[in-house]
Amino acid sequence: MIDKKSGSNSDIQILDGNRAAAIGAKLSRVQVIAAYPITPQTPVTEALSEFVERGELDAQYIAVESEHSALAVCTSASIAGARAFTATSSHGLAYMHEMLHWAAGTRLPLVLACVNRAIGAPWNVLNDQQDSISQRDTGWIQIYARNNQEILDSVIQAYKIAETVYVPVMICYDGYILSHTEMPVAIPLQQDVDRFLPQYRPHTILDSSNPKNYNLVTLANPRINAEGVLCHGYMELRYLLQEALQNSRETIRKVGQEFGELFGRSYTDLLWKEKMEDADIVIVAMGSLAMEAIVASKMLREEGYKTGVLGLRLFRPFPKADVLKALSKSRLVVIFDKNISYGSEGAVCSEIKAALYGSQVNAAIRNFIVGLGGRDVTAREMADAVKKSIASLTEGVPNKGYPEWICHI
Amino acid sequence: MEITGANAMGTNPSTNINKSLYEIRWHGRGGQGAITAAKIVAQAAFLEGYRGVTAAPSFGAERRGAPVSASTRISQEPVMVMSQVENPDVVVVLDQTLLKRDGVTSGLSTGGWLIVNSGVDPKELGVEGRFNIATADATRVCQELGLIVSGLIVVNTAILGAFIRATKAVSMPSVEKAIKGRFPKEAVEINLAAIARTYEMTKLEELRK
Repeated sequence: MIDKKSGSNSDIQILDGNRAAAIGAKLSRVQVIAAYPITPQTPVTEALSEFVERGELDAQYIAVESEHSALAVCTSASIAGARAFTATSSHGLAYMHEMLHWAAGTRLPLVLACVNRAIGAPWNVLNDQQDSISQRDTGWIQIYARNNQEILDSVIQAYKIAETVYVPVMICYDGYILSHTEMPVAIPLQQDVDRFLPQYRPHTILDSSNPKNYNLVTLANPRINAEGVLCHGYMELRYLLQEALQNSRETIRKVGQEFGELFGRSYTDLLWKEKMEDADIVIVAMGSLAMEAIVASKMLREEGYKTGVLGLRLFRPFPKADVLKALSKSRLVVIFDKNISYGSEGAVCSEIKAALYGSQVNAAIRNFIVGLGGRDVTAREMADAVKKSIASLTEGVPNKGYPEWICHI
Repeated sequence: MEITGANAMGTNPSTNINKSLYEIRWHGRGGQGAITAAKIVAQAAFLEGYRGVTAAPSFGAERRGAPVSASTRISQEPVMVMSQVENPDVVVVLDQTLLKRDGVTSGLSTGGWLIVNSGVDPKELGVEGRFNIATADATRVCQELGLIVSGLIVVNTAILGAFIRATKAVSMPSVEKAIKGRFPKEAVEINLAAIARTYEMTKLEELRK
């Protein structure tokens, strides 16, 4: 297809989300892949190993015995100067937890595709977002895709973001709902991706001819090293990681804009907005649920409600200012979370409340926990939850202490 | 294997879908190819110019012989609905014994189509509802043609003949193109023959208006 807006060529294929992620990694010319198969991520690893086997991708596919090792291999490869990729789900991501900290702490530009799946116990292979939300505080950027096109586009953008700000990026997409559902996806040409994403130039290379020591024991306070240079203490390094994430929003925006200019699909906005111009009731959701929310909002509009949808593309760093601006006209915000911070509420809800605190926006907030362990979430259910929230406004409670659940209890 | 639908983009679909969202639910047993059928129809619809198509398996673990389902959605606009199909316009049943199970015809739209791989007449199926019924003995067609893989009769392509005949939702040339793009060369001819033969033998029982 010739995209009139950008003049860029692309080929439209019907792909499931896993294949879209694998093609995104291939087009990014990843050099090292290490992954361990887990449902529903497995087809990503199969596709990538096929690309390498057939000689379509010049990369090392390193078979490992666990997810912990997979990310250890990627971390090492990245320190050695390679562009590395991994993918996992659920228990696999949980098993990577320690290495997620190591990768971010070492400021390595890795990209990880997280195919969102529920976590046991009890066993469940189906979708929710508890796995990636549980890794919220590891120092990774987290981007959530609404459809398979966004998966492919986001993997490519993720390398440019990661290699600019030196923070690893996790691309999250819903297991089965996206990973196993086929839909049309425009595949950019390799030459165009090469123009967008130049070869990786590492900021540091571990080289046996020039030995260095990384990640030494770092004490609480700054200290003079053997060469007489005053080095950061542990806390300064943590500060710099936080600063890098805080400042990464501008890079994410700029990379999204550049991507749009080249490929005709813009990612300049950190949020997806649907009918937000005149909306006083806003539905907030993340991942594929942000698509279903558009259908729910349409139903509500037909009944005369002024609803809009705020789809969160970026969860870390949380785009506080953007969210505040987007919600400036709202009187009710209904947040659907496919995760639960036990004893508190949905993670997205907490973020929205924090973003609005102390601002002029005085919207009532309602939080619904939905879709855990693959429970289907229909647009009708979402619309009903919004109507229930509107009815509850007469109680005069702006902010309920705990979330409501859409389930059979 | 995927097919490229680039040339079809922007053309007006000429088929029989006049709804904003057309939904098909497939019921079969693991190994019969229900999911592949769902994907072929999605690809065929895309080739005809529908910008929004999705094809999904029933989520979770699938086992040979166990009941499985799949879905196809077709729209002029990108598909936003990600939840399970509740009110299909068409239900396709690859194994007649599944009709006894709850939920196979559940939610089927008034005036929609129930398409069953069966040797009996639609009237003799013993299924009643405000929908049209089509039957075709796809199993026999596959047996006659030798469309058997690892001992399993693979009826998923054959039943597409009945699907096209009854619903006219996608055209034969688009399905042919989709199959040529997906299947290895040596498998194309036999599958197309199965579709053509099933198309001819399909018995239709339309709902009286």
